[in-house]
Order: sequence, then structure tokens, then C-alpha cells
Amino acid sequence: MSEQNTAAIGTEEDHHHHGPDNGKGLMGYVKRWVFTTNHKDIGTLYLWTSCIMFFIAGTMALLIRTELFQPGERLLDPDFFNQMTTLHGLIMVFGVVMPAFVGLANWQIPLMIGAPDMALPRLNNWSFWILPFAFILLISTLFLPGPAPNFGWTFYAPLSTSYGPPSTDYMIFAIHLLGISSILGAINVIATILNMRAPGMGLMQMPVFIWSWLITAFLLLSIMPVLAGAVTMMLTDRHFGTSFFEAAGGGDPVLFQHVFWFFGHPEVYVLILPAFGVMSEVIPTFSRKPLFGYSFMVWAIISIALLSFIVWAHHMFTVGMPVAAQLFFMYTTMLIAVPTGIKVFNWVSTMYKGALTFETPMLFAVAFVFLFTIGGFSGLMLAITPADYQYQDTYFVVAHFHYVLVPGSIFALITGVYYWLPKWTGRMYSEALGKWHFWLSAISLNITFFPMHFLGLAGMPRRIPDYALQFTDFNVIATLGAFVFGFSQLIFLVNIIWTIRKGKPATGQVWEGAHGLEWQLPSPAPYHSWEKPPNILPHHPRENEPSY
Amino acid sequence: MATPEKGGYYLAPPSHWPIVGSVALFCIMFGAAHWLHDVEYGPYLFFAGIGILIFMMFGWFGQVISDNQRGLLDNKQMDHSFRWGMCWFIFSEVMFFGAFFGALFYIRIFSVPWLGGEGPGAITHLLLWPNFESTWPLLNTPDPSKFTGPKSVLDTWGLPALNTLILLTSGATITVAHWAVLKERRIQALVAQGATALLGILFLVMQVHEYTIAYMEKGLTLGSGVFGTTFFMLTGFHGLHVTLGTIMLIVIFVRIYKGHFNKQRHFAFEAVSWYWHFVDVVWLVLFVFVYWF
Repeated sequence: MSEQNTAAIGTEEDHHHHGPDNGKGLMGYVKRWVFTTNHKDIGTLYLWTSCIMFFIAGTMALLIRTELFQPGERLLDPDFFNQMTTLHGLIMVFGVVMPAFVGLANWQIPLMIGAPDMALPRLNNWSFWILPFAFILLISTLFLPGPAPNFGWTFYAPLSTSYGPPSTDYMIFAIHLLGISSILGAINVIATILNMRAPGMGLMQMPVFIWSWLITAFLLLSIMPVLAGAVTMMLTDRHFGTSFFEAAGGGDPVLFQHVFWFFGHPEVYVLILPAFGVMSEVIPTFSRKPLFGYSFMVWAIISIALLSFIVWAHHMFTVGMPVAAQLFFMYTTMLIAVPTGIKVFNWVSTMYKGALTFETPMLFAVAFVFLFTIGGFSGLMLAITPADYQYQDTYFVVAHFHYVLVPGSIFALITGVYYWLPKWTGRMYSEALGKWHFWLSAISLNITFFPMHFLGLAGMPRRIPDYALQFTDFNVIATLGAFVFGFSQLIFLVNIIWTIRKGKPATGQVWEGAHGLEWQLPSPAPYHSWEKPPNILPHHPRENEPSY
Repeated sequence: MATPEKGGYYLAPPSHWPIVGSVALFCIMFGAAHWLHDVEYGPYLFFAGIGILIFMMFGWFGQVISDNQRGLLDNKQMDHSFRWGMCWFIFSEVMFFGAFFGALFYIRIFSVPWLGGEGPGAITHLLLWPNFESTWPLLNTPDPSKFTGPKSVLDTWGLPALNTLILLTSGATITVAHWAVLKERRIQALVAQGATALLGILFLVMQVHEYTIAYMEKGLTLGSGVFGTTFFMLTGFHGLHVTLGTIMLIVIFVRIYKGHFNKQRHFAFEAVSWYWHFVDVVWLVLFVFVYWF
């Protein structure tokens, strides 16, 4: 994406590193991308990697949906079906949503806080270049003797310990690498935000996207080491005779679930908080109004993050915990609806009486607010312990988390890319293709995931390749929707490539109502974003700004 | 801002060290996985990876040191980036130990008593191992045919207490070294830093001795049920961190000897001392909950 960016400034002749050193020939090109310490190059690498992984994991999803098109064992061997659900989940979480948000962070944080680059550029390179190796390890499990991991993305013990296939060890090491990458990336993000802001930009003058990443980085640093601990315990249980998850030695398989979900619940906020950040940038721009209740938005993010550490066992209401624990986790979980509600109401209030226009990013943003809220409500239903006994492990859960992840995280990523692509490439995307992409995605994802609510309430279990006859109709609908959704994403890919090659030149301002620092730079943004920090007035127009 | 002029934030030029590090990590992980599956080249790949990683560390840290000596990093903001980086790295390490301590507490408070029939474990106890009695340290495992319990565990006030004393002393000596660096007294810094490193090595020697006793005399092993599991995993990861810490202390000793530090410029020293204190604190928690109570 940044080829354009570099072409525009590569001609400047001086001893500064104003453009990337492209070198000569293929080796020069490879070196440029492998050795780069530039936040834009690294952001681009993250985004393209995530894009490739999106299509790989998406193909797996379509295989799953094809098998479920009709009852009976039609296409996939049940064991392979299980491998597909496992790898689809793992890759979508660790290979798509997380790297893509880190990509947005890399591109946008320096631009939005007035910094020349990330705080630790070499470390930044390392955070990215660990990822491809991690994915090689993870995907290699499909080609090793024996099945690939087939126990679901949550890799519960003892399915993953006593009964796990040999390839499980490769998955464990892949997760170690992913963890190292995330920790190093998060250290960099947090150091950049705390230390590299332009003079005069206080914490409460930061854009909400930056706030959301500050908190996300904190979450990552708190939970990725715990995940590393969980998979290390798995490894030693598998090979070195320890009994963490083995009741015969005094351990407990349920302990695995506690450790995993202590990681897992904050992890879902890692996947959604940056999405909240993107929304809080895009909605004000296209409403031509400042964000409603800035400080509430910030505190809502902080409270969601803190609460996320004390809700984990709502994923395990049916494992046989004491009733007091179940009640505790039910109430804390419901408490999260308060700050999340604040966010949703504030986005809606931002739009209220605004001069709204519906360019592609805004379309995705409005759909996000509406559809993410549906996922939030089904989450509240699942939080109610006695009701969860019924919903546990059914398609209702699948419907719930796909509603928060697809029109939630994925839509926010798409929103962010459409919104900032003109700034990155200096060219406008095709609005027509964008609108096609939006409408096809928004309609088809509802066709895919909405029937899953009904399937789940009627009792269809998740992670099973076959089902009873009465579930057929809704499954047919879901599969048709899934194919339309999957192929609609090719429009996105085409639009991005078209923008990079043929898009019309964009102005520096790009959007009429946009107000952040990044819009004061030319499009494409210069290679070292802010050579001199911009002047921030003591009262940066965030909260006290009169309506434009 | 990539200019090497004083006062600007130094933006590192493209570097090949990160990719060398990635290759190293990949060899380590891939090699370890192959090793576990008895593939012949597994261990070679693993050790090759370790070798490359050490090579990378020499290269990368060497680069940072030389940047610093050319005055490229003489910048308050730059200094803060390094400091924040180290702080949050240690924070992530704390969380890693947190996972294992969490497991220890869960096992001690819930899983072992429940297997013994307490609280919600009554039925499990009756159905699975009705003869199992919940004790801590766990000398008899629920199923002795699968996991043979240890004969006894280590005496808190023998070796472990001595090790506590050694680590606490090393915390004091590194503080003396810090004062000496601040006052630019090189000999004092060398002596105190050397003492710290020696105490670190002494700790490790004692730890190896303790492990030998545990394995040879007491039958306390990784596979001796959940006491052995938590004991060796917690003290083992701590020992690994002490080993890394000691290597770092020795590197800093050499750097003091070479005169790399002065009143203003000694971040590496401080980072290592933070790390050492962190290892120290982890040991104290460990001593209390693993050895003592």
C-alpha cells in the first residue's frame, strides 16, 4: 500500500532517510520489507498478512458451512471438520483480527499523536517478522502425520493433553511465538503512546482510537503471558509427566479452563476495543459533530478493560463451579453492559442531529453500531447463569460471538481501512465498489448468522459435523449467506488494489468533517510522519469544542 | 528525524537483526517440537536456534551500545522509551509467573481438597478415589499407580532459607553497585557487581544441589503428582530467570570494566538491576507459598 507513498517522496535528495531504501533488484525489494524499521511499512506488512490469513481462514469457514449445508456426513471426514473449526477459530483470532488491528495501530498511532515513528522501531520490525514463522508452524500441523489440532480453538484439556494429536506440540510452539510477537508489539504501542505524543497533547486530549490502543496494549501485556503459561502447562503435561490438568495426580482439567479464560476473556476485548476506537473516529467525522461525551468514552474503555479480568468463568458455567462463584461471575459480566451501553448510546448521540453523509466507512460504522449491539444483547442472555445452562455449547453461542466479531471487529477493520486508505495511499477508493461491498456483506452476514440464533435455541450443538433433520432449513440459509459473504470480500480486495493503482488523488483533508492530526499531513503521509511535532493548543479541540 | 544530530529522536535505520532473531526463534520452536517427536535433527535445530539467538543478541545489543556511544541516544525522550519498554517487559514477566502461581493456588485451595471430598467434590471423591486424603504437601496422590508421590519434601529452613538469604544479599550488593555507578567509582562498582553475579551463581549451584536431593533422595520429581509439578515448574522457571539474570549481570560487569557507564548514561545497568529485583521478589513469594506455608 505504501508504494505510492514512497514514490511521492522518494525523489527528495538528502542524507535523511526520507524514503525507504529500495535497493536494486529482487534482493533490494526483499531487504526493504524484511529489514524495515518504518511504522508505515510494518503496518502495511501486518495488514497484508492479515488479509491473506483472512482468506485462508475464510475458506475453512466455507468448508465448514458446506459440510453443514445438509445433514449427514457429506463432504468432510468428521475429524477433518474438527480440524477446520479449530484452525478457523485460531487463525481468525490470532492471524486476522489481532494483526490487522496492530497494522492499524502501526500506521495510525504516530500520525495521530504527532510522532515521527513508533518508539522502538527495530523492536517493531521483530514483532511483525515473528508472525509469518508462527503461522508456518500453525499451518504445518495440517501436513504433519496424524490429524491437525482438532479440539476447538480453546484447546481444552484433556482433549489437547491426554487425547491431543502429536501435531498439538507444533500448535503450542506457534502460540508461544504469537505471544512473543504480541507482547513485543504491545510494549512498543504503550511506550509510543506514553512517550511520543506531541508536546501539549495530554492524555485526555488523545483521540479515542489512541486511548483504545493504550488500554488494549495493557490487556495484551497482562494476558499473553498467561496464555503462554497455559500452553506451557499443556506441554509439560503432555511430555514431562506433570499433572496440572490430571486429576490422578491431584490436578484438575477445569484448571485449564480457568487459566485459558483468564486469558480468553480479556482477549475478546483485545479484539473489540480497537474497533470501538475506530468507530469513535469515524462516526464524528461523518456526523460532522464532535464525539459525544469524550471522557465518558475513555472511562468506558478503561472500565471494560478492568472488568474483563473478573468475568472469565462465565465461559464455564456448566463445568460444576460452586453456586457462589457462578453468581459472582454472572453479576460482574452483566456489569460490563453498563460501560458498553455508554459507548453505544454515545455513538448514537454523536449522530443525533448531525449532518450525516453515508460514505462507505460510515455505512460500515452505522452497521457496526446496530449489529454489534445485537451481539451484545445475546451476550447478556448468555451471561444469565440459569439460561446459559440451556445455551451452553449450542449454535446460539456461535451466533453470539460471530455477531460481535464479524460485524464488530471485522467491520471495524474494514471501516478503518476505507477511512484511512486515502491517507495511506494518497488515492481515493471506489465509492461504488465500496457500497457494493457494504450492502452485500451486511445483508449476507445476517443471512449467515441470524438463523444460528434459532438453531441454537432449538438445541443444535456446535462443533458437530452432522445434525438432526429439523435443523436443515436454517442451515441451508446460513450456508448460502456464508458463500455470499465470503465472495463479497473479494470486492474489498479488488477495491484496495484498484485504489493503490488507479484511484483518484486524495486531498490531505480527505473527509470534510475529519479533525484529527493525521488529516493535517499531506496524502500520502510522508515517510517519517511528523518530522517536527505539530503544535497542539493547550485545549486541544476534543471535548470543549463548539459544534463545527 | 533520522538525523544523528543531538536532541532529535533517533529513528533506527533498517536492521537485519530482527529477522535473524525470528529465524532463531523459529529454529528453537520447530527444533523443540521435532525433538519431542524423536526426529533426529530436532535437537540440532534447537541448539542451532539458541546459537543464532545468542549471535543476534550480541549483534543487536552491540548495535544499541554503539548507537549510544556515538551519542545518538542522548535524548530524554529516547531514554524514556527504553525505560517504559523495560518496565512493561517486566510486567509481562510478572503475569507469566502469575499464571503459575494462580495454578498453585487453585490446586491448593480447590482441586486437591475437592478430590479429598470437600465441598462440591464429595461425589467425585466417592466415585473416583475414595481412599484419597487431601493433604499439602501432597505426599499421596489420588492414583498412586499413575503418579507416585514423594517420600518427603524439602525442609523450609535448610537450603531454601539459605537461598533466600543469598538472593536478598545480592539485592543489597546490586544497590551498592548502583550507588557506585552514580558516583562513578569504578572499582567499587566492579566489586559490588561482581559480588552480585557470584551470589547469583551461588544461588544456582544451591538450587541444582537441592534438585539433586529432591530427585535422588526424596522421590520428589516433576512426575510425582501435583506438588512436584508446581514445585518444579515454579522454582524451575524462577531458576531459568536467575540464570538469564546472572548472564545479564556478568555482561554489565564487563561493561563497567570497559567504562561504558557514567553518571548520566547507565540505563542498561538500571534495567538489569530492575530485572534482578523482580527475580528477587518472585523468589520471596515462592519461598512463602511453595516452601513455607
